[in-house]
Amino acid sequence: MSATDSERSVRGALREMVTDSDLRMIAVTIAAVYVLLVGVAFYFDPDQAVNLSATYIQSVTIFIGGYAMLTLALNLHWGYTGLFNIGVAGFMGVGVYAMAVLTAPVNPATAGATPGFGLPLWAGLIGAAAAASVVGLLTALPALRLRADYLAIVTVALSEIIRLLLNSQALSEVTVFGATFGTGGASGINYAGPSPIIAGTLFDTLAGPVTGALLAVGVDPRTWGIRPSNFEGMIYGVVLLVATAGFYWLLFRTGNSPFGRVLKAIREDELVARSLGKDTRMFKIKAFMVGCALMGLAGALWFGRGGFTSPTQFRPNITFFVFIALIIGGAGSNTGSVIGGAVFAGFLFYLPQQLGTVIPQALPQGAGAGDIAAAVAALGGGDVLPLVGYTVSNISRLRFVAIGVILVWLIQRRPDGLLGHRTEPASSIDINQRPGTGGTDGRPAAADGGEERE
Amino acid sequence: MGATETYSRGVRFAVERPGTVILAVAMALLSLDLLMKLLGMELFFLGVKLLGGSIGTDAFGTVLLDGLTVGVSVGLAGIGLSMTYSILSFANFAHGDTLTAGAFMGWVVAFGLAGLLGATGDVTPGTLVLLEATPEIGIIRTPLIVVVGMVAAGVAAVGLSLLLDRIVYRPLRSADGISLLIASIGVALALRYLIAFVFQTSSKSVTSTPLQVTLLGQISMSGNQFFLLVVGAGLMLGVHVLLQYTKLGKAMRAMADNQDLARVTGIPTERIVRLTWIIGGGLTGVAGFLIGLERGVVIFNFGWLLLLLIFAAVILGGIGSIYGAMVGGIVVGVVQAMSQIWIPSELTRAAAFVVLIVVLLVKPDGIFGGVTTA
Repeated sequence: MSATDSERSVRGALREMVTDSDLRMIAVTIAAVYVLLVGVAFYFDPDQAVNLSATYIQSVTIFIGGYAMLTLALNLHWGYTGLFNIGVAGFMGVGVYAMAVLTAPVNPATAGATPGFGLPLWAGLIGAAAAASVVGLLTALPALRLRADYLAIVTVALSEIIRLLLNSQALSEVTVFGATFGTGGASGINYAGPSPIIAGTLFDTLAGPVTGALLAVGVDPRTWGIRPSNFEGMIYGVVLLVATAGFYWLLFRTGNSPFGRVLKAIREDELVARSLGKDTRMFKIKAFMVGCALMGLAGALWFGRGGFTSPTQFRPNITFFVFIALIIGGAGSNTGSVIGGAVFAGFLFYLPQQLGTVIPQALPQGAGAGDIAAAVAALGGGDVLPLVGYTVSNISRLRFVAIGVILVWLIQRRPDGLLGHRTEPASSIDINQRPGTGGTDGRPAAADGGEERE
Repeated sequence: MGATETYSRGVRFAVERPGTVILAVAMALLSLDLLMKLLGMELFFLGVKLLGGSIGTDAFGTVLLDGLTVGVSVGLAGIGLSMTYSILSFANFAHGDTLTAGAFMGWVVAFGLAGLLGATGDVTPGTLVLLEATPEIGIIRTPLIVVVGMVAAGVAAVGLSLLLDRIVYRPLRSADGISLLIASIGVALALRYLIAFVFQTSSKSVTSTPLQVTLLGQISMSGNQFFLLVVGAGLMLGVHVLLQYTKLGKAMRAMADNQDLARVTGIPTERIVRLTWIIGGGLTGVAGFLIGLERGVVIFNFGWLLLLLIFAAVILGGIGSIYGAMVGGIVVGVVQAMSQIWIPSELTRAAAFVVLIVVLLVKPDGIFGGVTTA
């Protein structure tokens, strides 16, 4: 009895330490992003540095939260179950539009705006997840028996079909059983977004509870020189990080449940899983639906935050960005997914974009060439500055070149990404350890299939 | 007895493959509807128009010709994708951007030549090289410039394909298809935004208003469109001859079937892979240039936007089948163009993708399934 007790407490302590250090890794990554951005703000624009830092931090936090949530959801598909879904944009679109249609006002104030059902936000969020999972089911029923590369093409084609349908005039406003609603077509749709509702309630420059609490302890945020929109953004960023934690918890629990072990078994060898009597088709369909629901919800919380959405947001690019984030972090690892999302959003996506804005302002007026031909011509005359100026002001394009090169490099050199080398065994006990030898190195058998650091 | 046997076999087929039957019924209905529309007949049931309507034969001819043009260009571009898919066993997502890169290089050469020949008026070489000027280029006005540009596009795409194979795909020869697919996504992103870095993201107008040609006194089209159709058909025929009657074609088929066995029989697999990239890349570059010529504009992501259509063509025809890519391309083009008879024109691309998905679900081997690289 005492042996099992002590084993249990050791296991608990170990798990705590592991999750603790995982949390630390995530926190360090995000902190590094913040430090760099604040450094950029103070270096390039000392006068406006506080407000600029706030701008940076609120946007990058929202980016990190959005990418981390989507990467976690994709990790359930690709990392755990081995389903090569590259239709993330489409499932996000379904989620965001479901929320938009459900929460748009029945009688819009502006003439010509698309009416909806006028439901509250929580109904919209549930609807987002439900609609995306239904579309996921409709996709999964026929498509999951296809080879991985065919599934990839089907999902990316589906996401384009969804975008084209949302863009179509035919669905922009329809009347069914007396209820008029629609997608708004190419001009998009307005509704009450989660960011103004949630963050606006929590933080109002005068009346919100966060402001109230700060004023009560004698801190007046209104004197910091930060714009109210940035406060709202920062609060909403925290909301997204909390949602990310919820996603993480859900997927961590799923991954370590009997259900999750079957998923990992399917990823490793579907035939074996089927031979053991598991209805792998059902497991794959369920996993696909859950992942799609999370993508829809993540889309609604992230892309749908401001209360406006239009089809151009859901081009396939976003899918590939999420995929790259997952590969950077390491497919199969939830912690890796979050870190991959943060690294992608912070270092590869957001930071270069901001540098492309602030550096040209710091260069002498008219230093950068208008086009690359002039820049190269100046180079012939020994003047490097025009080319530098041109390069820096086009850094938002060059960053995608860098992201592509990094992806190729990762596939060639480190296909496991940052944390993909971690083993999460599909068995409930660690079969790499023979009974009797397990205790000698002080490492207990991972009876719950939990993550262990190598 | 024969009739009952046929009947029972039909019932069994309907039970086993309901999807195929539904598809066949839908196709039959659409064909009937099209026929009635062309004849100007209408069928009413309880006051609701079920089938028919009216569409002029002229309008129908235009739609068909547009579809054929898109189809030939997509089919031409699809051959390369189909070849790499069967021989290197991966879906190359960078194929569309290879097409863009080839097209841009071809047009840069064409513009440069136009500048040398003094066809551009008073512009600096810089604006010319970045495709900012609008010289009078067209197959009838300036055949030499167009042909040289087209060849340059092919050569540039070949060079790019070989370079990418050397630095990206060769180190991954032993990797699985999905790793290669992901690597090609990286290549696609890098290429596309490299083009955007140099040429910016605005669309470049590359031809002047094209001169028209009239065939058989009936069908009128632009000279550039006619050139695309002729060159496309010619190149497809050339590839057919190449693969059917040369040892290279046989070696490619052998490699697509079984790489190890091919190597054992003494086929120089690396050389065949290189030749695959050369043929596929060349056709892709030429296709990109011709699409630019026909549309009159090129933009940094037009190959990427075309990629899914090319995939649709290749899968429709059966991956690895060159004829499949050609036929699939034409089918996809015609389907896309003809679907606007029934659905809003903004959804024609969606219709092509629906066809793609349906083919993958019902007959993943494609029309020419089972036959690889020939």
